[in-house]
Amino acid sequence: MQESWLPWAVLAPPFGAFVLLAAFRRPLGRLAGWIGAAGATLALVFALQAAWTASGGVTLSAPSVALLSAGDVRIELGAAIGPLQAVMLVVVAAVSAFVHLYSIDYMAGHRRYGTYFQHLSLFTLAMLGLVVATNWVVFYLFWELVGAASYLLIGFDVEREAARRAAVKAFVVTRIGDLGLLAAIWGMAQGAGSFDIAETLAWASSGAAPAGTVTALGLLMLLGAAGKSGQFPLHVWLPDAMEGPTPVSALLHAATMVAAGAYLLALAFPIVQASPEVARTTAVLGAFTALFAATLALGEEDLKRVLAYSTVSQLGYMFLAVGAGSRFAAMFHLTTHAFFKALLFLAAGAIYHAVGTNDLAAMGGLARRMPKTAGLFALGALALVGFPPLAGFFSKEAVLAAAQEAGGVPLGLGVGTVFLTAVYMGRLYVLAFFGEPRTEAAREAREPGGLILGPMAGLGVLVLVAGAATAPVAGPSARLLAALGPAPEAGAGLGAATVLLGIAGLLAGRRLAIGARCPMTAAVRKAEQALQAGFYVDACYRRTVVAASVFVGRIVVAVDALVDGLFTGTAAAVAGAGRRLREAEAGQVQRYNAVALLVLVIIALVAAIRGR
Amino acid sequence: MTDGMLVGLLLFGALLFALGLYGALAQRNAVRVLLAVELMLLAGGLNVVALTRFLPAGAENRRLGPLPLAGDYAAALGQTTTLFFLAVAAAEVAIGLAAVIAAYRLRPTPNVDEMDERE
Repeated sequence: MQESWLPWAVLAPPFGAFVLLAAFRRPLGRLAGWIGAAGATLALVFALQAAWTASGGVTLSAPSVALLSAGDVRIELGAAIGPLQAVMLVVVAAVSAFVHLYSIDYMAGHRRYGTYFQHLSLFTLAMLGLVVATNWVVFYLFWELVGAASYLLIGFDVEREAARRAAVKAFVVTRIGDLGLLAAIWGMAQGAGSFDIAETLAWASSGAAPAGTVTALGLLMLLGAAGKSGQFPLHVWLPDAMEGPTPVSALLHAATMVAAGAYLLALAFPIVQASPEVARTTAVLGAFTALFAATLALGEEDLKRVLAYSTVSQLGYMFLAVGAGSRFAAMFHLTTHAFFKALLFLAAGAIYHAVGTNDLAAMGGLARRMPKTAGLFALGALALVGFPPLAGFFSKEAVLAAAQEAGGVPLGLGVGTVFLTAVYMGRLYVLAFFGEPRTEAAREAREPGGLILGPMAGLGVLVLVAGAATAPVAGPSARLLAALGPAPEAGAGLGAATVLLGIAGLLAGRRLAIGARCPMTAAVRKAEQALQAGFYVDACYRRTVVAASVFVGRIVVAVDALVDGLFTGTAAAVAGAGRRLREAEAGQVQRYNAVALLVLVIIALVAAIRGR
Repeated sequence: MTDGMLVGLLLFGALLFALGLYGALAQRNAVRVLLAVELMLLAGGLNVVALTRFLPAGAENRRLGPLPLAGDYAAALGQTTTLFFLAVAAAEVAIGLAAVIAAYRLRPTPNVDEMDERE
């Protein structure tokens, strides 16, 4: 433990950028982008400094403030950086800085340029805050802030119906998972009598907690993580989230939103490990999602949606690693994945800039027109498939080596995913970059400018070297990752097998792309349809969960209308009566007199009748 | 000096009053309304004259008992009172006309239904 202001210092620059942009985004104009980028870069500098210190084996603890104190309950707004936090901070800040820089040119001329960078800073701030939080309540606060910021960014093009729908969908689906996390936090607070993260984790793994409770808490936490990370069966929001601007997808898929789920599991690692059932469920869920999403990626015709399914699939690897008991492999893969997936998305953005669409059918032959983008994309794709010496190879091998511990089924699914990953990336690459241009736009495609290529190149360098992060030569980064747990032992056979599977997959993907002579039988067509419909998961939800929710919503609206009607009805009746009465007092003297006469006649009649 | 004459005079008074009431309530022009109000006042005056003229000596009211005044004395008093009515009516018309003119300055319309308090 070491007292330090660094944990707050990491949060300060994005927060400052956010406040500045929120207040002055209009007069700042194009400067807004540079301010956002400066905020993220400064955060990266502080994160690196913190990581350097933390690699020495100390935990940086910032002075905390009591946010709330009621009876025995104390909620501390504190911040701390240990090895896990240090790794995560560096990844988040680095990807965020590259994405900010990239966006300066990419979003140029957009009507809401300043707002975009404001949201982006908020997104980064929320994720950094979540990482350094020392208290579950504060953690949850930032967790929801991440969700809110991603909602804003996915639906950034508010003019488009699809973007608005995707934003709502992302928010609602992840909310289902959030409910699990909230329940888990409540349960932990009940059991441990504290909201402090370190204390609750110590309680859960000490054996003082009943086994059943720990299992339930672990499963609830898994639900929360699955929602945020888009794991089956809550994966449906992630492909739709592609409606956001492409740099947002890069940030969301690499470092901020979806990584939060994997980070939660890594943080709550003691709970996952305390219960064998939770560990096994996590491993199987992760392995299944990895294979499932990779299968869905095969049928997609949209470049970004293929990458989205690939994210779901790779996050499955991280879940598999945590479930198999290796936090080291999970965080290593999270790091390398962040770099190569951000690179892939930024390259996809460059293609979108040049061609004006994400549709693979409208591309082709881009390698000749945009050689630099093609090269960088290939670098990311090969890292994703897992070829040495790129980053993805080492981390994926670590995951698979860890999966050996989890048993045959998860390992088999994981290895199968390697092949499928190679197939869909091969198909994607051939469709986009090889062959003849299929549209005029693809024929006219041009390489983007330096401010767009620069961040891509920077990420490319990281993709090249990040694989060595665990090697002893890497020093601090190796020490940091080693502090998370022992590196699983991988046999030489596993590495060779994945490389061979990768090559075979790429070749198969190429055949798929250039139209393999596959007879279009009814079964094949049906399979293709099922793939393109995402195995009907969305349709199934629409028929059941969504329909039921809409039904309940209608009832609630009807009841609300009734209750409301009683109030507004009473008010309207009084108002109506008042309006009528006002007519009588319109200042018409003759009408007053007529009324007076009428009353007089009535009095006279009454008097006449009674007098008799 | 018959009861028939009294009834005729009272009917005429009632007719005059009804005419005035109708005019006061239904006429739009402020001056006509004023005229109608005068009609009602005069109808009242006519009733006073008629009733005092035909009040027999020793007349009794069911509740009040014997009336202190009757005969020529009563008739003279009724007619004198009605003369005062006419003087009051003249003063009233003068004030009424002044009010109408003042109202017309505020709101240039002769019609009472447009002189409401709205706006």
